[in-house]
Amino acid sequence: MEHRGLGLPALLALLAPCCCAAPGPTLWPMPLSVKTSPRLLVLSRENFSIYHDPSSTAGPSCSLLQEAFRRYYDYIFDFNKSQLGPAKRNSAVELKQLLVSVVLEPECDLYPSITSDESYTLAVEGPVAFLKANRVWGVLRGLETFSQLIYQDSYGTFTVNESNIIDSPRFPHRGILIDTARHFLPIKTILKTLDAMAFNKFNVLHWHIVDDQSFPYQSVAFPELSNKGSYSLSHVYTPNDVRTVIEYARLRGIRVIPEFDSPGHTQSWGKGQKNLLTPCYNGPKQSGTFGPINPILNSTYCFLSQFFKEVSTVFPDQFVHLGGDEVEFTCWESNPEVIAFMKKKGFGRDFQRLQSFYIQKLLGIVSTVNKGAIVWQEVFDDHAKLNPGTVVQVWKNEMYPVTQAAVTAAGFPVILSAPWYLDWISYGQDWRNYYKVDPLDFDGSQEQKKLVIGGEACLWGEYVDATNLTPRLWPRASAVGERLWSQQNIKDLEDAYDRLTIHRCRMARRGIAAEPLFTGYCNF
Amino acid sequence: LWVWPPGCSVLDEAFQRYRDLLFSSRSWQPPEPARKQHAPEKSSLVILVGTPGCNELPSLESGENYTLTINDDHCFLLSETVWGALRGLETFSQLVWRSPEGAFFINKTEIEDFPRFPHRGLLLDTSRHYLPLTSILDTLDVMAYNKFNVFHWHLVDDSSFPYDSFTFPELTRKGSYDPATHIYTAQDVKEVIEYARLRGIRVLAEFDTPGHTLSWGPGVPGLLTPCYSGSHPTGTFGPVNPILNTTYEFMSAFFLEVSSVFPDFYLHLGGDEVDFTCWKSNPDIQAFMKKQGFGNDFKQLESFYIQTLLSIVSAYDKGYVVWQEVFDNKVKVRPDTIIQVWREETPVHYTKEMELITRAGFRALLSAPWYLNHITYGPDWSEIYMVEPLDFKGESGELCLRTRGGWAGWLISPCFFVSSCRRGVQAQPLNVGYCEQEFEET
Repeated sequence: MEHRGLGLPALLALLAPCCCAAPGPTLWPMPLSVKTSPRLLVLSRENFSIYHDPSSTAGPSCSLLQEAFRRYYDYIFDFNKSQLGPAKRNSAVELKQLLVSVVLEPECDLYPSITSDESYTLAVEGPVAFLKANRVWGVLRGLETFSQLIYQDSYGTFTVNESNIIDSPRFPHRGILIDTARHFLPIKTILKTLDAMAFNKFNVLHWHIVDDQSFPYQSVAFPELSNKGSYSLSHVYTPNDVRTVIEYARLRGIRVIPEFDSPGHTQSWGKGQKNLLTPCYNGPKQSGTFGPINPILNSTYCFLSQFFKEVSTVFPDQFVHLGGDEVEFTCWESNPEVIAFMKKKGFGRDFQRLQSFYIQKLLGIVSTVNKGAIVWQEVFDDHAKLNPGTVVQVWKNEMYPVTQAAVTAAGFPVILSAPWYLDWISYGQDWRNYYKVDPLDFDGSQEQKKLVIGGEACLWGEYVDATNLTPRLWPRASAVGERLWSQQNIKDLEDAYDRLTIHRCRMARRGIAAEPLFTGYCNF
Repeated sequence: LWVWPPGCSVLDEAFQRYRDLLFSSRSWQPPEPARKQHAPEKSSLVILVGTPGCNELPSLESGENYTLTINDDHCFLLSETVWGALRGLETFSQLVWRSPEGAFFINKTEIEDFPRFPHRGLLLDTSRHYLPLTSILDTLDVMAYNKFNVFHWHLVDDSSFPYDSFTFPELTRKGSYDPATHIYTAQDVKEVIEYARLRGIRVLAEFDTPGHTLSWGPGVPGLLTPCYSGSHPTGTFGPVNPILNTTYEFMSAFFLEVSSVFPDFYLHLGGDEVDFTCWKSNPDIQAFMKKQGFGNDFKQLESFYIQTLLSIVSAYDKGYVVWQEVFDNKVKVRPDTIIQVWREETPVHYTKEMELITRAGFRALLSAPWYLNHITYGPDWSEIYMVEPLDFKGESGELCLRTRGGWAGWLISPCFFVSSCRRGVQAQPLNVGYCEQEFEET
């Protein structure tokens, strides 16, 4: 029996008369190709294990895989519902092993990147199932899918259908933005989020770490930044905390891209770094308030050089997010020295040129430390000269397909966030709106469309902290996850609803407080 | 040290609770041997209660007044009832603060307090989603921190029937999401009622009929109205069937049980959103309507059902609360009926509705502007706060938290924000900022 792409409607219809809790395989996000047969295999905790295939290029020395095997073993068998009897079904073949084989150089001790190969194939048949991938990243994705294939029947027996899966993501950049400046997020919350991301095959944590309200990042070169800029000394991410997050993410195939947003959104930087921000003027006198980073001083760029040098060593990802959004020009306009500088440079009254001047210098600094840059769309909109390869993140909702077209026409890669601002909550099933978005739905050539590298669901922190982050992110972000991983034709909302309700219960079972989609219950 | 009239369970439990909240090691480091403050040390809070009533249940008429006097000479909490003492203890716990060195302080204070409204409630919906007992108990804790005194338990509805009935066990077996795991046993219900009582909270149980009853159907065949398409039953069902004697026999027996299980004087009988389409389609009902002379006015049939139900429940010496449709559809109800206003604009604006109800001499509960499940982006707590329940004649208010498909967020006043964080309440932030001690998931 063969079912492709769109799912297992006939099979599920047999097993799942209602929307919730019927046992059966439920995959999220939907893989590229799924073939299932009605032939069932059984597994038991005592008799099943995950091993390296002898032909694999990776082995027990690969701690990333060892950790993953242990983790997924627990996810598969650590259900609340205890097995009521011995594995029944004398006729059913037992699945004894999952053999994992990495084909190419595993990249076990490397960090994931935008070019990481996440593809895998899964052949589940008794008594040995095979998971094959080019790199460890594919193994991680495949393990998640394998764990989703297994379910408990009404006797509590762990069951899996014979299946054949070929899978790889549609977009290579599938991210979640968290904001730890508007509210400090305890490390535990961040790690929980990484777990949930792995369940949904997200692979980028966009860490919007500092902003106007607070500066929790503890800099070794500039300790006063967090000493003076954090909400309190206990609301700080030490270098150890940061390392913990990065490694926890790496073990799940997730990149950590930090965002140090400037020149706007920097009020908290001024507390610990004197003369960094532009002093605003009220007529001829300083008003005592401050604006964006002061772009006219050499000391600014000296500071930024040192700061981003540190950032580039602390965060191993190839890319850094530089922000560049919502720069308020009023303070610059009020400052006579800035005005004089503008005149000298021939910028006239066009503050976009001053902004671009700043950004371009910052981009230069960042490329000196061998990092790529991601910026918010204003940087592009306001005509800064960007190095090729600079990624533009599209976040403004008005006519965002037009923005996508413009950015890709100019040859820059795009990350789409505009329709996926998850902090904008409303009553009802808004996940459907997120699911319906198609990131390639804009006027452009094939070449242009190739420049859309993916998207990010953003959870800005004005109204979010550890008390409500998880239910607010999940399962709404899961809708975005499938849209970015699965093929374009996977868009049936009813099938998505059926699978997502079960996937949500699975996340809840694994300790993620994902909120319900609608009325119903979880079968545990 | 606490001094109290010994042997009063409500107060004994409360002292233990507040002692832990204030002084437990959960978040505090022991104070350093601080430099001597020039503050006199208070060693005890003396509580004086007029009429104990420790083993009683709180009621709508319960007094909750108290006075709190903290000065050089005295440190006491005075109240007429234990319920007032509970409110006073909560206030006392909010007055105590800690210096950065860790010493506990309280300012000289004089407080005289009593509630503006006697019914201050929270509705939880355990039918659309089963809520584990712990989350109900946690909710009761937070209600106490906020001086709520009524837990409106919307136990059953269309989606599921988790109430474990001993008279009609099939109701639960066939109607719950999962009769092994998603039910409230008699023991669970007892636990909720007692847990609430110890916090001065009444449990107002709602068994909503004749609409919102789909989950009752599987366990009581013949209870719900079979819908018709032309002359054939479609296989689907509508509201409770109002024309059969068996319906009222069932309701008699069922509400006898409910009246004994839930000790509060009031029961909530629902009566909202009755869809007439199914009744209209049923030929037996059409015949009944003709016989009764109701014509085509199904509101009269609804009234007929409700009035019969009300007299059944009155016979068990219970008072009742109903949703506003019962009043809007001109059902004849007893003068001491309480009407709950939940609709914002229909049939009239809720302020007008409150006026109509109170003018007709009934007591009203306000919920319409307080549907917390209607989430939106931003600090919506301020709109909720700005509602003035007495923009017309009214009596008390109740916050509705129908947890349909969503996380139930907790509302707190700005001043209360900090201490909520500390007590491990998962209260979401009002705006940017921080808590000294952030909530951590366990």
